[in-house]
Amino acid sequence: MDSVLPQLLTGLATASSLFLVASGLTIIFGVTRIVNFSHGSLTMLGAYIGWSILTRLPRDPAWFALGILLTALATALIGVLIERVVLRRVYRAPELFQLLATFGVVLIVQDATLWLWGAVELPLPRPRWLRGFVEVAGGRFPFYDLVLIAIGPVVLGLLWLVMNRTRWGTLVRAATLDREMVAALGVDQRRLFTSVFALGAGLAGLGGALSLPNASANLGIDLSVITDAFVVVVVGGLGSLPGAFVASLLIGILQAFGIVLVPKITLVLVFLVMAVVLVFRPNGLMGRPQAEAREAALAAPVVRAAPPALRWLGAVALVLAVLAPFGAGDYYLTVLTDACVAILFATSLHFMMGPGGMASFGHAAWFGIGAYAAGLLLHWAGAPMPLGLLAAPVAAGIVAALFGWFVVRLSGVYLSMLTLAFAQIAWAVSFQWVEVTGGDNGLLGVWPPDWARSPRVTYWIALALSVGVALLLRRALYAPYGYALRAARDSAARAQSIGLDVARLRLVALVIAGAACGLGGAIFSYGKGGVFPTYISIPHSVEALLMVLLGGLQTVAGPIVGALVYTGLADLLVRSTDLWRLVLGAVIVLLVTAFPEGIAGAARRLWLRGREA
Amino acid sequence: MAVTRRLVLGASGALAAPGLLRAQGGAPIRIGEINSYTAQPAFTVPYRNAMQLAVEGVNARGGVLGRPLELITRDDAGRPQDAVRLAGELVNDQKVDVLAGAYLSNVGLALGEYAAQNKRLYVGGEPLTDAMVWEKGNRYTFRLRPSTYMQASILAEEAAKLPAKRWVTVAPNYEFGQSGVKWFRQLLAARRPDVQFVGEQWPALGRVDAGATVQALEAMRPEGIFNVLFGTDLTNFVRQGNTRGLFERRSVASLLTGEPEYLDPLGDEAPEGWIVTGYPGEMIDTPAHKAFASAYRGKFNAKPMCGSLVGYALINSIAAGIAKAGSVEVERMVEGFRGVRFDTPAGPAEYRAIDQQGTLGVYVGRTALRNNAGVMTDWRYIDGKDLLPSDEVVRGLRPASAS
Repeated sequence: MDSVLPQLLTGLATASSLFLVASGLTIIFGVTRIVNFSHGSLTMLGAYIGWSILTRLPRDPAWFALGILLTALATALIGVLIERVVLRRVYRAPELFQLLATFGVVLIVQDATLWLWGAVELPLPRPRWLRGFVEVAGGRFPFYDLVLIAIGPVVLGLLWLVMNRTRWGTLVRAATLDREMVAALGVDQRRLFTSVFALGAGLAGLGGALSLPNASANLGIDLSVITDAFVVVVVGGLGSLPGAFVASLLIGILQAFGIVLVPKITLVLVFLVMAVVLVFRPNGLMGRPQAEAREAALAAPVVRAAPPALRWLGAVALVLAVLAPFGAGDYYLTVLTDACVAILFATSLHFMMGPGGMASFGHAAWFGIGAYAAGLLLHWAGAPMPLGLLAAPVAAGIVAALFGWFVVRLSGVYLSMLTLAFAQIAWAVSFQWVEVTGGDNGLLGVWPPDWARSPRVTYWIALALSVGVALLLRRALYAPYGYALRAARDSAARAQSIGLDVARLRLVALVIAGAACGLGGAIFSYGKGGVFPTYISIPHSVEALLMVLLGGLQTVAGPIVGALVYTGLADLLVRSTDLWRLVLGAVIVLLVTAFPEGIAGAARRLWLRGREA
Repeated sequence: MAVTRRLVLGASGALAAPGLLRAQGGAPIRIGEINSYTAQPAFTVPYRNAMQLAVEGVNARGGVLGRPLELITRDDAGRPQDAVRLAGELVNDQKVDVLAGAYLSNVGLALGEYAAQNKRLYVGGEPLTDAMVWEKGNRYTFRLRPSTYMQASILAEEAAKLPAKRWVTVAPNYEFGQSGVKWFRQLLAARRPDVQFVGEQWPALGRVDAGATVQALEAMRPEGIFNVLFGTDLTNFVRQGNTRGLFERRSVASLLTGEPEYLDPLGDEAPEGWIVTGYPGEMIDTPAHKAFASAYRGKFNAKPMCGSLVGYALINSIAAGIAKAGSVEVERMVEGFRGVRFDTPAGPAEYRAIDQQGTLGVYVGRTALRNNAGVMTDWRYIDGKDLLPSDEVVRGLRPASAS
């Protein structure tokens, strides 16, 4: 039992580190409503810049502190740069588009960091005082961890002072509550946003630099930090600083003791905490219900049926697609098969996200569940492909129905985060439960039967299923159900008052989307000969979002166009350059700033402009 | 012995003699290589460099079967599904003769699966998972590097010599970590029935909560620690362990920690006296290795890493296999690669006919600090063939379809 105190202190130190990163994210979100995916990248840059600065300074505590502060300033400047160059151009874009832009930044920063600092991880050499320890309960406890424990509350206190004792802080709090009203009162929003972004970025950099004595600057920081920070921010309540602090404590301490009690499930534990909190407190521990942003309250335009010309274009494309195997080589057929799967992946997400208004950050979960359903059926029961293709959507749909019960009562970013948590749990199970899922080695030997084995037949099957499902989804959208779903999205209260069961409508949308996506996962597995946890990874979920947003939310063709463009672009870039992440990121940022309504949306606007003129 | 020596001579003869006559004329033999160049650059870039060095070396000696080698590399971004797609591109579009590569085990398995399905030869360099040549082994998949089992078995052998009886394990919670711990426990317990395993820690890969993990291990009061953490997890773990005194007066056996890829980043905090598998690099003074190391340093102005050794040996093993097969027809190559002997900077090795596992060996030694950097001392090289279970056991592990 004498290990309780050191374990508790360790948890507190972890909590402080979490809070530093999460506080910046929550402040940025509170004011700008931006889900800043690049926050982890800013932390990573903080670690690298901190390493570069600290290795050049004398190794005394005072210089160390100075170096840390310089690092925070430097990342704050980078934050300003990102805000001015990228985000400022997309504030007016529909929600979530900023997310896409920040993900482009993530990709760019990854390659830039690799280019600037190299591939090898860079640990900061620790001077003697950073290796010191104090005796706690008969054991050694690192002195630096005590410092970290103190820094968390100190930063919270300073932020509280800034927020409550300065005019700037008052404006930030006001903007967090009601940003349109603040603008209407004549506050320069641009400057406010820039300064808030700088503060958030500075805090991220501070967190990155302060992690150096215990860890190293490495290229994996961005993604590992961003998931942790998301969890903390959501558990605490978006935009709430004290909430982020409490959530950090909760998660840090739970993690420290979880390691002792249940060493194998620590990864899942964090996300379970988040799921439980969201079920009982849909706005996080200390969050308030989000004030309706007035701009967003304008109902999105009704998705109209495509004009005849576009239908003709679609028909021609379909005929070409059917005939493709007679012209394209085997490799291009597999790329086209992947594109068909991508269409399923994107249209299913679009269904719940566009008309359904539920933006999922964990759409890959359904993809993976479908894939594992087909793979496991094959392994346990030798089920052939047709059965697998049937079982996949059924399994994904059933899980979606169970999980949907939790989801549909949430809204906005909380909903997105719960889907992310669920996807992470699914990923952790597939990655760590080696006995059943094969772990990261995956399930192998998932091939189609002999008659369907040639790339040509595989492609036709994928094409038929994806086009069929896309048409079914479109049909559902124009059915009374689709109109009811859109009504529930545009105004849940009014929909409820005319007798629509909003929760049920959304649940059905989730089940349909999950089932369609699960089918995509199964088709994909038969094409690749295996099922792997990477199918459920966060980057894969983000790909689905990228496709939908690239194509545009407000047209049915949008996700299809997005899926085709993304698949083609990714394939082309990966094969032509080692810097594909940099180029892809830049292309995403450019597309987002040039076409904030997506490619298909922009095409539609140009088309309409021609008609009206 | 006489047979194998003749085979070696035959192979090297085939490598050099016809090449001298016809090197200029033939179209190149294409090796399509897929690896995690963007996801794992610290390991794959020295590996790719060494492959290029080896290709130049083979071509300078006249190529293989009178044809030069050509290397085409692709980035799988750490995703097996991408690797499978790119394998299709390399085979169907680039018309490569041999598939090679993979760093991650799942990518290696996925490529092996692709190879079996499409009847193509695939030679894996770096993946460690035992499944690749055993449970999921197939006729078309060869693997060069010593597997998890081989690395764990030498550590268990060394750990058995220690007085430590109370052991704990710490490993990343995924297939590699789990099989590393499984084999170590099994093999150590077989040698030392008096050994007890009193606890285990399973941090998530890449996200170790080092302080809490070290604290939890400390509370178990072990005498010996078996570690499978690597990369950034290892750095964090070692720092917390040093500060909290976890490693003092305790024996530690650690998988892969002696590889410069993992040891160098620890800097002056590299632990002393750990029993590790790894790669002593330029301290190896055999003529073959010296030639390799100086050529590598000359070309890239860097010391060879463990990945470099693997990349260099991989290309040479492929050249030897094709030379022995006398053809790039797939089925003949499979027969040719089985039992082919080839030279590596570490020493001669072969692809065993029984399971298509390479016998590239393992360096085992102890860590020490020299000039504020971690190095391996008291190391020795153990031929891979001495680290594998008996033929009978291996036959039982491999599916019948893999013959």
